[in-house]
Amino acid sequence: MLRFFAIRIARALLTIALVVTFAFIVLRLSGDPGLMIMGPEAPPEVIEAFRKAWGLDHPIWVQYLDYFKAIGQGELGRSMRDGRPAIQLVLERIPATLALTIPAFLVKVLLGIPAGIYAALRRGSAIDRAVMITAVAGFTVPSFVLALLLVLIFAVQLGWLPSGGQDSWRHAILPIVTLGFGGAAVLARFTRSAMLEILGQPYIRTASAKGVPWRRVITDHALPNAAIPTVTILGFMVGSLIAGAVVVESVFSWPGVGRLLVVAVANRDLAVVQCILLLVAMTMVTSNLIVDFLYGLLDPRLRSKGAEA
Amino acid sequence: MAPLVSISGLKVAFNGTPVLHGIDLDIDKGEAVGLVGESGSGKSVTWLAALGLLPAKAKVAGSATLDGRELIGADGKVLDQVRGRRIAMIFQDPASALNPVLTIRRQLCESLALHRGLRGEAARIEALRLLDLVGIPDANRRLSAYPHEFSGGQVQRIMIAIALAGQPHLLIADEPTTALDATIQAQILDLLAAVRREFNMAMVLISHDLGVVAENCDRVCVMYAGRIVERAPATRLFDDPWHPYAQGLIGALPPLDGARRRLQAIPGTVPDPRALPSGCAFAPRCSFAGDGCHAGVPLLAPIVQDRAVACLRPQRLPVELAAE
Repeated sequence: MLRFFAIRIARALLTIALVVTFAFIVLRLSGDPGLMIMGPEAPPEVIEAFRKAWGLDHPIWVQYLDYFKAIGQGELGRSMRDGRPAIQLVLERIPATLALTIPAFLVKVLLGIPAGIYAALRRGSAIDRAVMITAVAGFTVPSFVLALLLVLIFAVQLGWLPSGGQDSWRHAILPIVTLGFGGAAVLARFTRSAMLEILGQPYIRTASAKGVPWRRVITDHALPNAAIPTVTILGFMVGSLIAGAVVVESVFSWPGVGRLLVVAVANRDLAVVQCILLLVAMTMVTSNLIVDFLYGLLDPRLRSKGAEA
Repeated sequence: MAPLVSISGLKVAFNGTPVLHGIDLDIDKGEAVGLVGESGSGKSVTWLAALGLLPAKAKVAGSATLDGRELIGADGKVLDQVRGRRIAMIFQDPASALNPVLTIRRQLCESLALHRGLRGEAARIEALRLLDLVGIPDANRRLSAYPHEFSGGQVQRIMIAIALAGQPHLLIADEPTTALDATIQAQILDLLAAVRREFNMAMVLISHDLGVVAENCDRVCVMYAGRIVERAPATRLFDDPWHPYAQGLIGALPPLDGARRRLQAIPGTVPDPRALPSGCAFAPRCSFAGDGCHAGVPLLAPIVQDRAVACLRPQRLPVELAAE
């Protein structure tokens, strides 16, 4: 078991290193921060001085080594725009993002999972079809389209809710609904198919043949098995709590991490982008680890396999 | 003596395609009845239908009574009192018939709680006794294990223990040994015979293996394409099958003693239930079929007191002659 997790953690660290490396290289190859931040009209010597000040005049592999050395010392760099530590900029934005993503996560779970289970139990019924049509619509419609649609209906036409900004809890409703609905749709479809597969298993028939009442066949026998594939999707959703709202934050001008990322990428504010990506990679990897751990908890077959490995 | 279970005119259709065409079958208390036939002949469906275990898309008609109480169309609550407690069932593939994420203890104690009101320590002690009875060594330690930690034969023993937990009057064993090695098969069949004696329990043994049925059953029903085509005491059927299909099945078995002979295969295949031939479903494969056989479905007619056959031209020939 310990070795199982040691391997997982080593793999997780490798994933983070790869993400950070990729971001580092792409950012430096895709545009000159000096030009972006100082503006194209700035005199060449000013841009040169800027490059020197931020160490951009060194060869890329030297910059790369310096960057990793700095990370090792807990130094994530400073914003090239206002000189503040990048990590501080990012941390400031996290509460705003979580204020959207955590309620949206609850919407996904509380709406998507029961809808999926219900649809599976009433397979082929009108309710099942309604849930599935909504679910397909929910994840084929891109979130910015849904966001604009909601704005059109509830802000422009009905005037019930504001179309953007972050002044009160009412401003959070449309972004949360946009995020939550799409995720609930994915989760509903996934839960339904997991549940249908489990309901067709011989051990469900065995449970019925034992005289277990149908309701308890579902709760005691089917759900614990259907939870295993569903946890995968949930883990992915937890992993995207920090950076899963980039589009929605932009549409609703919500000052979260997602918007910061968009602005920082546009400006080639290297340290800020790298800091966000590092954070995103870390949350993704952490939630993956948690999922692995939950698999072991939920499925005894994996547990004994893990012990052998 | 009234039969324990009485099935009459039981019909099942899946999506409008009939797969069971009216089964009549009585099971007496304590007796062992074998159901043989190829896969798809309706052996399992008969009992899944009687216990209300078929999916909702299956249309079930006819009657199945337990001690005179109707089971077909009965309320879920009524069936939950019958399933496991009066009639228990074990299945072909034991490895997938147990819930992979629940311990053996949970799955055994669930039945003990449902049917005998045993909980906690009392349930644990009874669970240990049952596991011991079905021959699981070191039961105390293995109670907390999961199904995948047991071999196929052991899982089937556990299934039998779970089936016995409700102290049923009838055990439906649906191909209980098909997925197991030959040596394990014999052990499981011995175990079934032993628990049957001990609990004075009736048993329906569903199998495509005539040998298995012959050794373990008092009576045998041969099924073909959703109908019972011959019903006879086990020994009589083997010595002297009447229905050409039963003769074919027995002709396909290697003889245990006497001269070696060429095994006879039944020509053709089982008809598709969506396109059954008119008349006797076996007629197209039958070497004795005449014009009348294609005209109407022969009824299962009692010939002598304990034998019945659904054939217009029942053959009373030795196997070797019939095969020529």
